[in-house]
Amino acid sequence: MKTTMQTEQRAKAEPRHEPGYVTPEVNIYETKDGYVVEAEMPGVHKDGLEITLEDNEITLVGRRQNETVAGTPLFRERVLADYRRVFEIDPAIDAGKIAARMDQGVLTLTLPKSEEVKPRKIAVG
Amino acid sequence: MNSLIRWSRPELATWPSFGRLTDLRNEIDRLFESPLAEMARSARLFSGWTPSLDLYEDKDRLVVKVEVPGMKREDIDVSLHEGCLSISGERKGEEKHKEADVYRAERFFGRFQRTVALPAPVAADKVTAQYQDGILTVTLPKTEEAKPRRIDVNVN
Repeated sequence: MKTTMQTEQRAKAEPRHEPGYVTPEVNIYETKDGYVVEAEMPGVHKDGLEITLEDNEITLVGRRQNETVAGTPLFRERVLADYRRVFEIDPAIDAGKIAARMDQGVLTLTLPKSEEVKPRKIAVG
Repeated sequence: MNSLIRWSRPELATWPSFGRLTDLRNEIDRLFESPLAEMARSARLFSGWTPSLDLYEDKDRLVVKVEVPGMKREDIDVSLHEGCLSISGERKGEEKHKEADVYRAERFFGRFQRTVALPAPVAADKVTAQYQDGILTVTLPKTEEAKPRRIDVNVN
């Protein structure tokens, strides 16, 4: 089966081509039931998440919140931009059952495969 | 790969002094038409996990913010020793994904440690740490002596 979950859109994945956004680091797993995407978005609360599904593309946007000014910066490594990353998704995914969870800056997205494509065990009578 | 300078996120360009470095990188990218960011990403495998850290100062306190998403509170260790703040911890991978096929593995699991020399003496007993939305915020109130003091000048 052709798995398109991994064929990410290169142009969009490259931070320099997406001004104003940080590309979150992701892990993607496939199990027999579906896919799991974990995206690192420190500073994003669940209210700051925007997940949109259009045709065969899923767009993850995370907006930072509660970033209060803590004084004069003496040393800065963090990039306080919002996060964005786009993935092409496998047509076998049941779009209606996609679920998202946010826990300490990590977004976990579960994308179940539709029943028809799941491997099925046939009992031998 | 074993450069002496630790690898930093490519987006570090926002820090002004890195501007020139970024320009150079863009130039090289243009020459080879292969994004170096991808290579930098893989370099991270060798250099380990170095979470991004910010240090802020105002008149009463120092504030350190570190991006360590997906941790458990009990796995983060904050300590203060001889004017240096150390933040360390370990992020464990989830057991349930052991059996799955991995398509992308950009997240780092394992140990990290960051140490920052504090520019002012702080009251060790008043230091607080908070972990929210994957960001650890350590607030270090300055000692009374370190705070700027206004001296009134009396003119007779």
